[in-house]
Amino acid sequence: MSARAPLSPNPSPPGGEGSALDAASPPPAGGRDRERGSTATTPPLLEVRGLTKHFPIRAGAIVEREVARVRAVDDVSFTVARGETLGLVGESGCGKSTTGRLVLRLIEPTAGTILFDGEDVTGLEGAALRRLRRSMQIVFQDPYGALNPRMTVEEIVVEPLVVQGGTTRADMGREARRLMDLVGLPAAHVTRHPHEFSGGQRQRIGIARAIACRPRFVVCDEAVSALDVSVQAQIVNLLQDLQKELGLSYLFIAHDLAVVRHISDRVAVMYLGNLVEVADKRTLYTAPRHPYPQALLAAVPVAHPRLRRTRPRLTGEVPSPLDPPPGCRFHRRCSLAEDVCRTEVPALRDLAPGHAVACHFAERTGGPPPAAA
Amino acid sequence: MTPPLLSAPLLSAPLLSVRDLTVTFRAEGRTQAAVDRVGFDVAAGEVLGIVGESGSGKSVTALAVMGLLPANGRVASGEILFEGTDLLRLPARKMRDLRGRRIGMIFQEPMTSLNPVFTIGDQIVETIVHHERLGRRAARERAVDMLARVGIPSARRRLDDYPHQMSGGMRQRVMIAMALACSPRLLLADEPTTALDVTIQAQLLDLLNDLRREFGMAVVVITHNMGVIAEFADRVAVFYAGRVAEEAPVEPLFDRPAHPYTRGLLASTPRLDADAERLVTIPGAMPNIAAPPPGCRFAPRCGVKVEACEADRPPLVAVGDGHRAACIRAGEAAA
Repeated sequence: MSARAPLSPNPSPPGGEGSALDAASPPPAGGRDRERGSTATTPPLLEVRGLTKHFPIRAGAIVEREVARVRAVDDVSFTVARGETLGLVGESGCGKSTTGRLVLRLIEPTAGTILFDGEDVTGLEGAALRRLRRSMQIVFQDPYGALNPRMTVEEIVVEPLVVQGGTTRADMGREARRLMDLVGLPAAHVTRHPHEFSGGQRQRIGIARAIACRPRFVVCDEAVSALDVSVQAQIVNLLQDLQKELGLSYLFIAHDLAVVRHISDRVAVMYLGNLVEVADKRTLYTAPRHPYPQALLAAVPVAHPRLRRTRPRLTGEVPSPLDPPPGCRFHRRCSLAEDVCRTEVPALRDLAPGHAVACHFAERTGGPPPAAA
Repeated sequence: MTPPLLSAPLLSAPLLSVRDLTVTFRAEGRTQAAVDRVGFDVAAGEVLGIVGESGSGKSVTALAVMGLLPANGRVASGEILFEGTDLLRLPARKMRDLRGRRIGMIFQEPMTSLNPVFTIGDQIVETIVHHERLGRRAARERAVDMLARVGIPSARRRLDDYPHQMSGGMRQRVMIAMALACSPRLLLADEPTTALDVTIQAQLLDLLNDLRREFGMAVVVITHNMGVIAEFADRVAVFYAGRVAEEAPVEPLFDRPAHPYTRGLLASTPRLDADAERLVTIPGAMPNIAAPPPGCRFAPRCGVKVEACEADRPPLVAVGDGHRAACIRAGEAAA
């Protein structure tokens, strides 16, 4: 279907600072049926179309059968450009982590297509999938659970190279030291074990492991969420430095809206398995058009006591993905909901170039930005 | 400028006064101080925010106030005066009686604070019956009222639910209902919204704010989140490595932070309402309390330290009205 890009060594320039992004990359996928304009010369590094994951719930005493499905991710489409950071935000259970794992082929999608560097990787298996993994890596949230306590740091960070093969023992030692240096840890500490490091240092080790194979795309799944503020800032800066140095693209999954604003070029908001809004970060944070991101931003505690005020609060809770509401999944909590919202699923459509919203009434949801600019 | 609540301590004795509190733990055969001569006051009706990172001693302080330190921890020195009575000298039976009736508490993870094998109704009724001369039927009515008050829909029906049948936000509401069932004078809330999604956190902060006004109770809210402080606290104590680094009314703390650690903490927090090129960081990490640095415990990470900082513990010095910082350079830096 799509032209296969030549396998050249990473030709992408390091990520520009924000402004260049929309120019450098095609506009974010608006809907899954939209074809990108023929003017785009290089495909985005990552493109997913109609990505869907339903987890079956089985029951039955003798013969198990499917009794329900958790619709964790439903018809999600987006792109990540070279050198870009796409933030993916949403509350617990919205499907953001599942999306990250689907993109990496750690779990199999129920439907949808994943294009990496123009190549359809949805059905890759065996050696081809292992080759893909060289280019796509992940940093996990929990720096304690993600590192094997019985391995030395050297063994941990070069393990991806061992799996991929083709690196000599001597080279591995050198690589380990190079990686330690890249993530700001003393190279001499490669012989230590994870428990000898603090939480922030462990996260640096997890990052070193993720970049060991010189990937081009890294999923950061709540990578700084478990860290204290002062350490979190160090790791955020490290991720940004590495992005520039190595030309990485990030899918930055997090629930902390302030961190996402800081690190992302564009931001996508998920609700109950759907993307509800995608925009460059300035637009998303100052002029969101979907009522859910508007409410989400209004709910974040203010940054200064003088900004305290009573704000409209989102009432109720996120419905179960086992039985999502018909029509717009947000309609039961939405103050603007009308009949059409209860019956028709709103498509994610472009409101402006690079700004896509899944709301029947996106044209009239404008208003004062919820966060003081 | 000064909110009326702040003058209350001058007029009357504080509701809670923690003085020179030191809490030690035995670990690996050594004794180490997790809390090192910490002091603060809470006036009636006031919200004191205690903010700090992991290992700052903020939660240990709360546990000490409640008399709920784990077996390997003990209060080595100090006083905890509640309504004039030193809680540390109170017999266990009296302390049990005070806890839940005069002092309520809520924790970060409601699932571990609620008993999974009893219905939430049983647990709230148990609390009420234990503390007040009330029959089970009347206590049950009170429980229904409280659940409705904290925003649990169909409260009467939910009374017979078990904790696992509720969402995290609903469980935290149950915890609040239980903590407030006997109209305590003081509520200790340790990271009450940390495990919750931001929209649910906002609902609960609003609820706590309404309830504390309605019940006229004081709240000590312990958090790592400067946003929760900005949203909710009247006065703030910043903890670092087992000590109070700074205390101030909430606005001056954000406007004129006097301690380099507070300044670093505020600067390294990403903003929702502004873009920064790069985050300011505090280099290094929290010191190990088993071997704390001499003098000021923040000195190894401090950008403005001088030789004297590593000699002696810096005293809390006044830098403004009700505003004190444990930094020998606070006077010059705050200008």
